[in-house]
Order: sequence, then structure tokens, then C-alpha cells
Amino acid sequence: MKLTSNFAGGRLTVEVSGELDHHGAGELMAKLTERLESDLPRECVLDLRELKFMDSSGIAVMMRVTKRMRALGGRLRVENVREQPRRVIEASGIGKIIEIDG
Amino acid sequence: MNEINTVSLDFPSRSVNEAFARGAAACFAAQLDMTMTELGDIKTAVSEAVTNCTVHAYPDSIGTIHMRLRILEGNVLEIQVKDKGRGIEDVERAREPLFTTGGEERSGMGFTIMESFMDSVKVRSRPGAGTTVTMRRRVGRRPAGR
Repeated sequence: MKLTSNFAGGRLTVEVSGELDHHGAGELMAKLTERLESDLPRECVLDLRELKFMDSSGIAVMMRVTKRMRALGGRLRVENVREQPRRVIEASGIGKIIEIDG
Repeated sequence: MNEINTVSLDFPSRSVNEAFARGAAACFAAQLDMTMTELGDIKTAVSEAVTNCTVHAYPDSIGTIHMRLRILEGNVLEIQVKDKGRGIEDVERAREPLFTTGGEERSGMGFTIMESFMDSVKVRSRPGAGTTVTMRRRVGRRPAGR
């Protein structure tokens, strides 16, 4: 699992690539928290175009980022989701509270 | 159901082995000639079951996870994930969506996802003795064992 981020115009865009499971979720959450707290974005975008696998550990990360973004008065958007992570998102029902694009 | 093929693997409950377990299951299951969607579902279900062992069965130690994969007559893949860890006090409650004892690092959706992606999920558990999760999914169209 790898992460690259870019902050511009109040929007924090984070690209997550590889496989996201419980093994890598702690590190991802720590890095995301660091970015959120230093940038205080109005919008956080998780770009998952290079994320090949995700299990419910990814759902927990999305729930935590959503909570933090709401506390900051902003929102989380998830985009470019491949089929396997999309099926996990759909099965979890988290799509009802998070904006999912493409 | 007659068994056509089977493999068993024992590995320590280190989180790095979550990827190993789903990769091994996918390699074995590939002989069923399934779709990429089915393969993704199986990898996800294995990842959830093995993560439960890492996080909940052996929270403060490294124990052994036993995974048995079977291909049964009729293109059915059976995955059994077994531990001798802490066990589950209330299995019905553990299977409820969003229920977790794992804090905010866990979503509480593990069993929900296993149930959603597999045709059947059986959970047997005894506190202090361990847990066995047995899942089945009928896949593909062509017969296995050729």
C-alpha cells in the first residue's frame, strides 16, 4: 500500500495504491491524520484508481476520515474506485454516507 | 458433497500474512476458472476471516491460523479458517453489522462482507477454545479437476 498526497485550494487529494488491508490500514490512517491535521482541508478526496484490493479495513479508514472531515466542516469524496473495492463499499452500505464518484 | 481437491495451510497470525492467505486462496481457487469478480469476492472473504484471527482471536500474542481450502463437486469452493484463540462470547452479536470490539480501527463489517460475498458462512466458537469459520461459494461454469 502506497500513498501520495497533494493539497491545493482547500482540497486534500490522496492517492492510495496497492492493497489496503488491516496490515497497512494503521499506517495509512496515521499518514492521513497527519495530512488532515496539518492542512485542515475543506474537502478530502481519496483517489483509488490504483487501489487493487481493499477489505473492511478500508471501510474503517473511510468512516474515520468522514468523521474528522465533518468535524472540520468539510466532506470526504472517494473517486475512481475499481470493481473489487466498489463491491466492498456497496456491501458495507457506507456509500449512503460517503460521496462516491466514478 | 464429494471433495475434488484440497490444501491446508498453517501460518502465524502476523498481519502481513493476511495478504499471503488471500493470495494462496486465490491461487488454489483459480483452477475453478472463475470470473475476476468471483475471485475478488473470495479474496475479500478470506481477508476478513484471517483478519478476525489476527485482531480478535490472538489480540496479545501470535497464534496459529489454520486454513483449509476445498473444491467440492458442483464447482463449490469451501474455505475454512480456524484458530485456537480467545473465541467469541456471542456469535450472533458478532455477526451484526457495525458490531466490533476492535475500536475505531475496525468497521464491524467483516462478517457482513463475508455473508454478502459467500453463499454460506458458518461460525462455530467457544470462549477460550477458538473459532472456526466455514464458508462456501459456488463459482464458475466449467468443472474442476481436469
